[in-house]
Amino acid sequence: MAPTSSAADPGRVMVLAGGLSHERDVSLRSGRRVSEALRGTGLAVEERDVDATLLPALMAEPPACVVPMLHGETGEDGAIREVLELLDIPYVGATPAVCRTAFDKPVAKALAEHAGIRTPRSTCLPHEMFRELGAAAVLESLVAKLGLPLMVKPAQSGSALGCTVVHNVSELPSAMVNAYAYGPVALIEQFIAGDEVAVPVIDDGTGPRALPVVAIMPDGGVYDYTARYTAGSTEFVVPAQLPEATLEECTRVAIAAHEVLGLRDLSRSDLIVDADGQVWWLEVNVAPGFTETSTVPLSIQAAGLDLGKVIAELVQAAVARPAHS
Amino acid sequence: MNEVTPRSQGSSTRLDSYVDRYAARTQGMTASEIRALFAVASRPEVVSLAGGMPNISGLPLDVVGRAIGDLIAEQGPTAMQYGSGQGVPELREQICEVMKLEGISAHADDVTVTVGSQQAVDLVTRIFCDPGDVVICEAPSYVGALGVFKAYQAEVVHAEMDKDGLVPDALRQAIAATRAAGKRIKFLYTIPNFHNPAGVTLSAARRPEILEICREADILVLEDNPYGLLGFDQEPIPALRASEAEGVIYLGSFSKTFAPGFRVGWALAPHAVREKLVLAQESATLCPPQFSQMAISAYLTNHDWLGQIKHFREMYRERRDAMVDALEAYLPKSCQWNVPEGGFYVWLTLPPGIDAKAMLPRAVTARVAYVPGTAFFADGFGSGSIRLSYCYPTPERIREGVRRLAGVLEQEMELRATFGATTPPSLAARSGYDAPSTDIN
Repeated sequence: MAPTSSAADPGRVMVLAGGLSHERDVSLRSGRRVSEALRGTGLAVEERDVDATLLPALMAEPPACVVPMLHGETGEDGAIREVLELLDIPYVGATPAVCRTAFDKPVAKALAEHAGIRTPRSTCLPHEMFRELGAAAVLESLVAKLGLPLMVKPAQSGSALGCTVVHNVSELPSAMVNAYAYGPVALIEQFIAGDEVAVPVIDDGTGPRALPVVAIMPDGGVYDYTARYTAGSTEFVVPAQLPEATLEECTRVAIAAHEVLGLRDLSRSDLIVDADGQVWWLEVNVAPGFTETSTVPLSIQAAGLDLGKVIAELVQAAVARPAHS
Repeated sequence: MNEVTPRSQGSSTRLDSYVDRYAARTQGMTASEIRALFAVASRPEVVSLAGGMPNISGLPLDVVGRAIGDLIAEQGPTAMQYGSGQGVPELREQICEVMKLEGISAHADDVTVTVGSQQAVDLVTRIFCDPGDVVICEAPSYVGALGVFKAYQAEVVHAEMDKDGLVPDALRQAIAATRAAGKRIKFLYTIPNFHNPAGVTLSAARRPEILEICREADILVLEDNPYGLLGFDQEPIPALRASEAEGVIYLGSFSKTFAPGFRVGWALAPHAVREKLVLAQESATLCPPQFSQMAISAYLTNHDWLGQIKHFREMYRERRDAMVDALEAYLPKSCQWNVPEGGFYVWLTLPPGIDAKAMLPRAVTARVAYVPGTAFFADGFGSGSIRLSYCYPTPERIREGVRRLAGVLEQEMELRATFGATTPPSLAARSGYDAPSTDIN
């Protein structure tokens, strides 16, 4: 059965949330909020988990559009979007190939760096390399090359899961183990001290534009999982209280990353503004969080926009998009 | 930084307008990576050896359904009305009959019905503990009780256990050290039978000694006994309360012997304490749920509940055997575990250097879940152990879960061999409130 749609009412929208990734809980919260916001615009919305019943349901009654609110693997590595492509179902967000690139932090960093975007120096190593060469020698080389402090994170993950700031060499082995608990490859990068900011980028078909820059100030100084998802434990300032030129640079970098990586509809770049006012690009999220404590909804609100309307416009754009574009 | 243009005027928010108004006791009530991982464990693809949900698949639902239908038809207006703060008198009489199985002679007047025995732990702590008071607990101890003690800002001091349960000398030392530090001990919280999470049982030989230590030190004993009737190969063991009426508050529950959804437990307390428990109960809930109490009372009256418990015991024994056999078959020799003689849990000690909390993401990726040992300590210990529950999954799923766990462990050991024994700094600093909510039973 072919989905029916019109310019005003695209038809039934399916919000996918949950899944089996480590970020299932966050995803469910994002999905709930996005669904409610879309319902507020009058759209018919179905929330759905990703399980063995999904594919038959999509085939039997394809929705007009899917909004993937799946965080972490499957949701952000392009896998679920490949399935949607197979079924010719429109969806909000980047294509599978772009997701694969953007979700892999080392690959995305390399592409960004090649395009002239400033990103912390880093290296990327599978854990087998430490086993084969001996951990001590490799760790020593890492510190010699990148210095201290370092940020160690899984190559593919979100919500700061498996991330550790390393101040002393003695902390490095445990940080590596922490990262490898979430995946076989770790990214070890120079830790840039400074103001942490997030910049959402949206494109409703008229070209990418950045939303207000969000400054993130966690009570404990580290924007880890607890700081991200415990209401009250982080102070957000929107727009960030930075010099106008710095804000403009943040905006420029976020849009540049969005374009360089080939993203579409929506992304969120995470940046650091160091003490000299230099902007460092850390990573991009192809399915950024929409929980009650997430930065994108804050930025949308600060822009004077309605969350539901913004996503509904992205839905309209996705529905209007030619297949396989 | 050189500012060449004015800074923007942003609006600040913490996304919680009550952030400055919460009580100090909410400190630690935060989101955690570990709790987030348990959200995945609820999916059917994951073999969850984490939660302690009783397996009630064997309950005669037709019998229960008829009993509840009759209850509504015959006593509906009473069953759906407020009731006594102390609980339904007929049920309290029946509770005394249940407790006789463990050698307890009690009067129904001294029983206070509670919303599960979890609420009994809460009420006892509420009436005894001021902030800073000390509760002595076994090491490890029940995560739900630790949460209550933390909420009342009581300090937990752990005393070691071995295969025979709480070690008397460890209890003496804990009492002496606490008092030497000038702190007030309010009670000993103990789970003598088929311990959650340790799986061990306090030996008959030690029971008088533990009671004597507490009597001499003038310390109340809070005996939490939800699993006492679920021994696999033996008659119920006489409760501590059976030989000590004044110094023991005994907590019981129908959650494991019938069904947890009714939320009915009880406290048997010395008369003066009982008075305060009833007042505290009235303050907390007005009364325990009348409908649940009357439904359980009807079940006890009309059904072979002892036969049902025998069925539960046999089911759990089969699952215990499946788990122990799988552990023997799949796990490396450097792991150690106990063979519980009842209850729901195996306590597994991991090979040296393995951190149970740090390993959990890898386990969830491999579609198996457990509870890291740190959840059962108030002081951050327990990283080298995990609790495995065999109560809920089928024997086949238990075997598959242990097989997956063995694979995870093998990868983790390889990683540790590469990097050496470590404790991730970001995880080591956290403790408490990390267990899945289904363990609060």
